[in-house]
Amino acid sequence: MGKKIAKEVSIAVADAVAQCRVDVISAYPITPMTHIVEHLAELVNNGELDAEYIAVESEHAALSACIGASAAGARTFTSTAAQGLMFMYEMLYIASGFRLPIVMVIANRALSSPISIWNDHGDVMTMRDAGWIQTFAENGQEAVDLIYHAYKVAEKAFLPVAVNLDGFIVTHVVEPVELLDQEQVDKYLPPLRMKYKLDPKKPITIGAIGVPEIYTEARKAQDEALKASYKIVVQAWREFEKISGRRYNPIETYRMDDAEVALVLIGSLAETAMNAVDVLREKGKKVGLVRIRLWRPFPMQDFLKAIGKVKALCVFDRALSPGATGGPVGIEVRSALYQSNKRPKVLNIIGGLGGRDVTAEDFMELFDRTYSFLKARPRFSYEIYGVKE
Amino acid sequence: MPREQGMMSWKNLAPGMYILEPGNSVRFKTGDWRSHRPILDKEKCIKCAQCYLFCPEPAYEEDAEGYFICNLDYCKGCGICASICPKGAITMVLEEA
Repeated sequence: MGKKIAKEVSIAVADAVAQCRVDVISAYPITPMTHIVEHLAELVNNGELDAEYIAVESEHAALSACIGASAAGARTFTSTAAQGLMFMYEMLYIASGFRLPIVMVIANRALSSPISIWNDHGDVMTMRDAGWIQTFAENGQEAVDLIYHAYKVAEKAFLPVAVNLDGFIVTHVVEPVELLDQEQVDKYLPPLRMKYKLDPKKPITIGAIGVPEIYTEARKAQDEALKASYKIVVQAWREFEKISGRRYNPIETYRMDDAEVALVLIGSLAETAMNAVDVLREKGKKVGLVRIRLWRPFPMQDFLKAIGKVKALCVFDRALSPGATGGPVGIEVRSALYQSNKRPKVLNIIGGLGGRDVTAEDFMELFDRTYSFLKARPRFSYEIYGVKE
Repeated sequence: MPREQGMMSWKNLAPGMYILEPGNSVRFKTGDWRSHRPILDKEKCIKCAQCYLFCPEPAYEEDAEGYFICNLDYCKGCGICASICPKGAITMVLEEA
């Protein structure tokens, strides 16, 4: 087992990518993911990592290069954030449509405009429908572990995986992180074997036109592949637990056993929210926390099980979907509930936008409001939290 | 029952809708929506092969006498052959409905 070393999470993530023996890294540095690819470039330059680092002219080209390399059978890595992800957009759907096992780290950052380098989930929530497997880390250790996991899953499901880290809050923090030993990584992650790849000796066509007589079938096949990846995701975490002792689930719960009111969120804010839960539990309030680690494919059954018999949920979104019926997570949660017999009240809060601080006190207030919401008439909308009037 | 429009079951598609058989596009006849067809005047033709080289399909094939003949199964009627022919040996004529 590896040693715990204090490292900047970006550096630890890059080290984990290197341990996964990537063949091709193609990226266009952008805050707050810069340190990840800078460190990888350094490793390649120093001869510590035998990989091709392609310095491209844009994010569109970054993912395009990964698509080409991956189609030829290479293990690939890229990373981006915010505007970079937007610039990559066209290729996101092609990577998943081609069923390529590309791994990308998104250092989640707010979208322009107004221009912001700070953290929220506005960037990744726009690629909700891009057909990628999407996971969210809470802290540095999880970020590193999700890298190993991402390659394992991508190369079994033949789908691209986006690992999401909150920009700065996770990426730039120095944390004690335990990396796996190289032998463990090699055992967990055998060399990539593509069933079909671009090979002059055995020509195939990738990217043929989908006429109306076949497009629907191609999309159905893609949808089924993404849904079927759920089992691969879970299985890969089970295997990971055996070698690392660290257990991961699609949905994480905290003090949910007898909870009557629960907070639902994604990402690093869960650590702050746990503090709020602890304080309120001390006071005898039956509150809990549900954190979504696997966002796509959405683990609906795990989610419904996780919320138990709560009477009300406060869904905290870090992305705004202007003019919608809720934030992206709020919409997802309400839709999942409607397909079950559970009918807790749902208070959908949008907050922590563009790096706005959300404290344990904020969560305590939100729990209070969720309690008072129990007696209120149902509201099927959302509210932006902490706006100065 | 609504009209069955799918070409094949989604279960039989290769992952990513890859096409695993090289060169199978010859089986797809693409010439059925042509509005004009090329007519070759062999009197004028000098067998220079410009039509064969420039045809984007490529629909032209060389025959036993060395003439380049357009295969109308694939010709989309773009007229590049007629335009490029240095002898004006190819004329585009309207397809009858």
